[in-house]
Amino acid sequence: MATVVAPVPGRSRWLVLMPYVVLALATLPILVLYVWLFYSSFFPRVEGFRPIGDLTFDNWRFLWDPASVPQMRNRPPVIPLTVNTLLFATLTSLISLLVSSMAGYAFSRLRFKGRRVFLGGVLLLHSFPSVTLLIALFVVLRTLGLYDKLVGVILVQTAFALPFGIWIMKGFFDNIPWDLEMSALVDGAGRLRTWWRIMLPLVKPGLLALGILLFVEGWNQFLLPFVFMPSGSQQTLSTLVRGILGEGRFVDYGLLTAVGLYYIAPVLVLFVLAQDQLMRIYAGGVKG
Amino acid sequence: MARIEEITLPRERPTPARWRFNATALLFMGPAMVLVLVFFIAPVIITFAMSFTDLATSTGLSNWQWIGPENYARIFRSQFWLPILGNTLVYVAVVLAFNVIVGLGVALLSVHMEPKAGGVFRALWLLPRISPSVVYALMWTWAAASPPFGMLNYVVAPFGLEPRYWIQSDPWLIVIFINGFVGASFGMLILTSAIKAIPEDLFRAAQVDGASALQVIRRITLPLIKWPILFVLVYQTMSLFASYEYIYLTTNGGPGLFATETWSLWAFHSALSNYYGNLEFAYGAALAAILVIMGLGISMVLLRVFRFGQLVAEPRVEVE
Repeated sequence: MATVVAPVPGRSRWLVLMPYVVLALATLPILVLYVWLFYSSFFPRVEGFRPIGDLTFDNWRFLWDPASVPQMRNRPPVIPLTVNTLLFATLTSLISLLVSSMAGYAFSRLRFKGRRVFLGGVLLLHSFPSVTLLIALFVVLRTLGLYDKLVGVILVQTAFALPFGIWIMKGFFDNIPWDLEMSALVDGAGRLRTWWRIMLPLVKPGLLALGILLFVEGWNQFLLPFVFMPSGSQQTLSTLVRGILGEGRFVDYGLLTAVGLYYIAPVLVLFVLAQDQLMRIYAGGVKG
Repeated sequence: MARIEEITLPRERPTPARWRFNATALLFMGPAMVLVLVFFIAPVIITFAMSFTDLATSTGLSNWQWIGPENYARIFRSQFWLPILGNTLVYVAVVLAFNVIVGLGVALLSVHMEPKAGGVFRALWLLPRISPSVVYALMWTWAAASPPFGMLNYVVAPFGLEPRYWIQSDPWLIVIFINGFVGASFGMLILTSAIKAIPEDLFRAAQVDGASALQVIRRITLPLIKWPILFVLVYQTMSLFASYEYIYLTTNGGPGLFATETWSLWAFHSALSNYYGNLEFAYGAALAAILVIMGLGISMVLLRVFRFGQLVAEPRVEVE
């Protein structure tokens, strides 16, 4: 990818530097927020950017000595919450991947009755704001007996991810040439077998990228667990952070940033490792 | 009539192969169809049906009754509907402007620098979107916090502004910033790839002709990406009308009575989260139904305008 406008000899230096200066200034607020998150978790108290006291791991006590942290009493311990969050993110991304790669394959390769209508529906739902359905989903989950259960929230999150996932997977399959699949089919392999044995391995990089994105979205999810899993033992890390943040009395930013950093760390690691793929998939898949 | 019937050909019956083929499609589509049916289609119908009942915590799931359009009448009898609608329009308009202008700005600036540097800036702008909403909200809560903690007070101090607790004193500023910085990345990503798709020859030709950078942007880049810009505008409008997560996590519609309450947050508060204990599902559903209609409407416009027919074209080859 070349720069759009290559520097021309004789062009003023200011014009070349201008984009850097302007964008750096505009990006500063974001940078400040994230740097503070790191910084504040290792000091007893931070005022603006000025630390009060010495470098310490005291804020991280919630990991090894939760009983000594007043805000952590009456709350489920961090480790089970982490397991819940991990389970939620892993299962939603795996199920969404499976279901959307099946449907995406059908849309890309099969001709069937109602295909146009279904695909139109997928696109419609893709831009439809699913949060507006939360109230009705509350009733659906209550009726199905899935309210306040991890399974229920997993299913809702999986369904919400489908329009995006199906559309992306269809795109991946569309880009695979026909020859390989055709020879398998002519040799008499069934569609299911062809999809699993031949097609899925061919779109592995895409599956991985989509999987990471779905995992991150599951890991980050706040509203669904918050609304549909109110009881303590089933909660996730997002509801823990929200709980401490929303307590109303004196806010302990040291503890909050430590818990927040603990929660966001896996996302940041994944982002650093896979940012190119993630950006491409966000741009291609159009999801706000 | 009878004679015509006699000479019509026997109706074509689906061949076994054809039938088997649809069965294959069903196999592949089945799981997705079930999930979409239960968690999208049914909820849309239930939202509308529910809005004509009195379903609430007090009635429970079994003792509710049909009450006709009473919930809708109640919305417009409420003294709050007009201010909340006003809030919603201000919120959508201002955040939309922020999102699109900043998103376009970041896209343009980042493609006019070394590719590596541009990528780093775009990654930084994507951070808010890939961060957990609660952590991102925590960071803004801190930035806006009262002295001596919050950063904003230190930033404005040189300009002679009194230190304050921004979420109380200027809640709109925080609502706009927190949503603006998240939403800008959407426009940035879409518009960056749109700009990169413009053939480079056009820029080179303009350069040879001695066009300045601003002229290139105004005469070449912007006209060529007007459809993506329009797309970002329409898409973001819809998601902003429906979104309330970041408002909920910072001002929660306050301070006081409904200062920053938007329509979607009102629905959420009525049905799923309030301090009165009686969750009015039906009333919330009526509020949400208005948003659902809007959502469906705008999504259909998107499909129409952005060449839907091409997107759903039949697969090229078929093995039967």
